[in-house]
Amino acid sequence: MALIIYLQPHKYFTLKEYLTLAEIQEDLREDGLTCVKLVEHYLQKIESSSHLNAFVEVYADEARSTAAVVDAKLVNGTAGRLAGMVIGIKDVLSHKGHGLQAASQILDSYQAPFTATAVQRLIDEDAIIIGRQNCDEFAMGSSNENSSFGPALNAADNSKVPGGSSGGSAVAVQAGLCHASLGSDTGGSVRQPAAFCGVVGVKPSYGRISRYGLIAYASSFDCIGPITKSVSDAALLLEIMSGDDDYDSTVSTKEVPAYSASLNWEGKARIGYIQDTLENEAISVDIRQRTKAVLDRLRAEGHEVVPVEIPLLDSLLPTYYILTTAEASSNLSRFDGVRYGHRSAESTDLESMYKKTRTEAFGPEVRRRILLGTFVLSANYYDAYYTKAQRVRRLVREETNRFFEQFDFFISPVTPTTAFTIGEKTEDPLQMYLADVFTVQANVVGNPAIAVPNGFDQQGMPIGIQIMAPYFGEEKMLAFADYLTRLNQKVAKKYSENQEV
Amino acid sequence: MKIDREALYKVAHLARLDIRPEEEDAILKSMDSVLNWMDQLNEIDTEGVEPLTHISDEVNSWRSDNASNTLSRTEALANAPLKNERYIMVPKVIE
Repeated sequence: MALIIYLQPHKYFTLKEYLTLAEIQEDLREDGLTCVKLVEHYLQKIESSSHLNAFVEVYADEARSTAAVVDAKLVNGTAGRLAGMVIGIKDVLSHKGHGLQAASQILDSYQAPFTATAVQRLIDEDAIIIGRQNCDEFAMGSSNENSSFGPALNAADNSKVPGGSSGGSAVAVQAGLCHASLGSDTGGSVRQPAAFCGVVGVKPSYGRISRYGLIAYASSFDCIGPITKSVSDAALLLEIMSGDDDYDSTVSTKEVPAYSASLNWEGKARIGYIQDTLENEAISVDIRQRTKAVLDRLRAEGHEVVPVEIPLLDSLLPTYYILTTAEASSNLSRFDGVRYGHRSAESTDLESMYKKTRTEAFGPEVRRRILLGTFVLSANYYDAYYTKAQRVRRLVREETNRFFEQFDFFISPVTPTTAFTIGEKTEDPLQMYLADVFTVQANVVGNPAIAVPNGFDQQGMPIGIQIMAPYFGEEKMLAFADYLTRLNQKVAKKYSENQEV
Repeated sequence: MKIDREALYKVAHLARLDIRPEEEDAILKSMDSVLNWMDQLNEIDTEGVEPLTHISDEVNSWRSDNASNTLSRTEALANAPLKNERYIMVPKVIE
């Protein structure tokens, strides 16, 4: 057995692991830390973790120079609220003058001509964007395996997927390659990878954050959301990105509460859960036990924790896939080789140019979803599939609203299993679709939901737990998630102290 | 079968996609299984239920109608695969 000793070259240095931006900002003020040092640290981590394939492009020089600018602002007291926040963005968010591909070859060499509102608001508060991150092509997938840049890997076990579609964004936070990431969540694409990677992921209410500059997958479902190491950072990012925007007619004009300043949960919550999630053998036993432990803990703390029936939950996934494939087939019609990206060299006329361009450059899952969506929207099947799913969507929303008349939160696992092995589910699309069973409800009805870490399974893979709240109930949801995280930490600490004795 | 070969090629044309011969069987099979799975919605009674078409409960919000040039011609042309100084070019449409 060889003992390998890594000598650290003196130009490198290691930073302590920061869980919150507040800790970073404290050290920026008092401990000689600078944004330039932070950026160097993350660039070094990205390089030494390149096997994870988390980033598809890194803006090293630009991040360094932005860091120097923010350091100067810190000195003269003009720095924004996100000074010290080094962030990666999923490859579906426009950032002017930077490449943007939705992990697809059809957008090969595309440079965004404008910046997404959410991204601009982070930049305006002095966040440093370090690169764009790997994901499933056009955010279609639950494992990051549908990426034309190849899969991203889970840092806890490199043979496992990081989840998807925001897989690169989640693993980048998990492995400490940046402090936070921005993902997008159409059916769980922020929360599911967050759970697989042991980090925090938030899907806000539909319309909370402007979608301007987000490459559309399914427009009535898509939400931008943060992936972080702490609930408090997620709250801060959400607060900064949310709110009215001239460039998205579906964004809410509702006032944005100061989420980050209202994380002090007080009082007793009314919590509903589904008994089957603690008993169904299709859910891994470790996840069931961990979920039950949380519910028991909350009950012991005096919260009202009640099993409920939500019969329509079984119809969520088919409803979701009918509507999202339909919306995707429409949204992705713009990728035709005319105005940007790949254009087939084989074409002879306009129609063959469209067809060859799209067939050459879209991956198999994207083509399958476009075909399914075109099928359910075609004249003969429109009512049987598309309209039917829209009717069921209304029923699901009414049922969910009735639930929230009685309860503050709905708690469930985030995923039925922990991160699965690369290649395990690629053969059968239905198996992959079932990975979203707990997350799609929030997107079908438009409500906010958060995934927070809930320990590990026996193989050491992270487990998450999901809290869903009423429409535009982010403020209480974040406060409760923060409270729950502290409660979990307290128990974990007590447990490890007992083990030591 | 929910979808046969003929229907697949019709849908593919509508979606402006080609079906690669070697992928035809696999695409048919996977689409058929997904469509069969989607059929479970038929068990739900939706008589008298209006389709839900908008998720937001807010009415249209308008921005003021001020003319502005948000994207210059140079910027708009920058990503085009084939162009001249003023236009994006595509294969000849009318012979």
